[in-house]
Amino acid sequence: MRNIVISAASWVYATLVFGFIFLPVAVLVLFSFQDGRLPVPPFNGFSTQWYAAIFADRKLMAALGNSFVVALLSSAIACVLGFLAAYALARHKLPGSALQRGLLIAPMTVSYLIIALGLLTVLNTFGIPLSLWTVGIGHVVINLPLCFAIIYSSMGDHHINIERAARDLGAGDLKVMVLVTAPMLMPSILAAFFLSVTFSWDEFIIAFLLSRFDVTLPVEIWSLLRSGLNPKTNAIGSLVFLVSVAVLMLLEFTLFRKTGKS
Amino acid sequence: MTASVSVQNASKTFGAFTALNDVSLDINAGEFIVLLGPSGCGKTTLLSILGGFLSPTKGRISIGSRDMTNVQPAKRPTTTMFQDYALFPHMKLKDNVGFGLRMRGMAKTARDEKALGFLDLVGLKGVADKKPHELSGGQRQRVALARALAVDPDVLLLDEPLGALDLKLRRQMQDELKAIQKRVGTTFVHVTHDQEEAMAIADRIVVMNQGRIEDIGAPADIYMRPRSLFSAGFMGEVNFIPGTVVETDAASARVETALGPMTLSPSAFTTGFPIRNQAVTLCIRPEHFRRAGTDEVGLVTLGQASVTGQAFFGTHYRCHLSPLAAPQMSIVAHMPQSATVSEGEAVGLAVSALDVVVLPSQRKDA
Repeated sequence: MRNIVISAASWVYATLVFGFIFLPVAVLVLFSFQDGRLPVPPFNGFSTQWYAAIFADRKLMAALGNSFVVALLSSAIACVLGFLAAYALARHKLPGSALQRGLLIAPMTVSYLIIALGLLTVLNTFGIPLSLWTVGIGHVVINLPLCFAIIYSSMGDHHINIERAARDLGAGDLKVMVLVTAPMLMPSILAAFFLSVTFSWDEFIIAFLLSRFDVTLPVEIWSLLRSGLNPKTNAIGSLVFLVSVAVLMLLEFTLFRKTGKS
Repeated sequence: MTASVSVQNASKTFGAFTALNDVSLDINAGEFIVLLGPSGCGKTTLLSILGGFLSPTKGRISIGSRDMTNVQPAKRPTTTMFQDYALFPHMKLKDNVGFGLRMRGMAKTARDEKALGFLDLVGLKGVADKKPHELSGGQRQRVALARALAVDPDVLLLDEPLGALDLKLRRQMQDELKAIQKRVGTTFVHVTHDQEEAMAIADRIVVMNQGRIEDIGAPADIYMRPRSLFSAGFMGEVNFIPGTVVETDAASARVETALGPMTLSPSAFTTGFPIRNQAVTLCIRPEHFRRAGTDEVGLVTLGQASVTGQAFFGTHYRCHLSPLAAPQMSIVAHMPQSATVSEGEAVGLAVSALDVVVLPSQRKDA
């Protein structure tokens, strides 16, 4: 009897927790299928008209494409830079290596707003016009610490002998890095890449402050929202959510596959 | 391919710690050398210096008469087989074995063919497309050997390669390693702390302690005629019996010991001719003791001793004895399987004069 009560209570608790986390998303997705002009209860009926509307919206689709490009490119750059920094700090004695590690991770603690304002000032000073490039630079700044931290923590001492063996067999430093170190660390490099893709994909403040004519999807959604609630925003929101989930699942899948094997 | 190795007065210090202290060693081409010693004796440091992963603080290294002291590992005619195998986890076995050939610019088909040949040599041709994590420890070890041999090194350096294997597999791999070395003819320098392993595979053993070479020689020489007390003790169980040289002439030396006087040939003194009044230590292996009265020629009697403990070891009885002449001393002796010994029994001890090795009591610091 006691066991049944405890078990029932834990089920209720779990339901509440998951409800708390996912109810907003569920409502968002539900009302993206609203057959009517307002994404509020009551639910009038099922319709995909708003999805049709967003796929017909050229500005939204352009912003979607921009978001993809910015997320993929900035994450790739952040991963390469993070890998190089991690390799240097893990494999070589550098002056003030603890300080350098700290400096690399420090931007993680700074709010995106501050980073965006700082970048805005710097870009103005050098007379660099705002564009998707500057958004990408901002995203590299916020994702580099993450990539560095993930890749650095996966570089174990047991890899040193393997790199040494490669050098012993005639590989130069670059070949050791490209043919041995990077492939060995591929699970964590992929984890870093996909995580930073999702962060860049969702990021609004930096994208808003550092872009001008071409904007990313969150910024475009923001301008849609200014004209009031509309099931169209629900539809595009659901789409953003779907992409994030897809990327996370891809990450989970590749990681499981790699770690399950080795 | 194969080449000789010469180490001249090599020293290596790490801060205040001297890992290698003025070591000189000449290795012949095609020889199987084992560096043997306890951990921290400098054997791995010496191996790393040969491989180019460390450079000596002082001294010179040459391989096949070419100076290698400051040459990068990649540029040396050596390859190393690491203790943890250090296989590339993301590559198939044939790519692991072919890696060195790839670095030398060999085309894919040619190096695959050669890699398969070396996998065949170690008996793993059938699993060339597997990855290292699919293999057992012994198989990984073979892949590491094939990978190191695939680039035709002049000298193969083996850093405790059998350390991670269980005893049975280790003994089996020793035989394989020895057979493969004979087949390829490469000079092997093998590091271990297991003296049985050393004796099983080495052409010559180099016994090291505290950064120095204590003894060099064929396994039987090192075991039967050690040239240092450390070497005598490290190679196997031994009884150290203190004594003093009281008389010497060209053909014999009389030594007064705790077990009574003994007349020995000068050849028993492995580090040089006996000197009168020299304090010495006699080294007698447990299996060299006989019971007095056995009709073996050249036996020296050592007086009576009482048995204080005994255990059956299969091939022999291992007995602890306390000599009546020196009751504070404990001697370990092996008695034959057929012996009937019981605790408290007094037995007459004897030893063949040829089996006794006499060393100076104080280690001569050369």
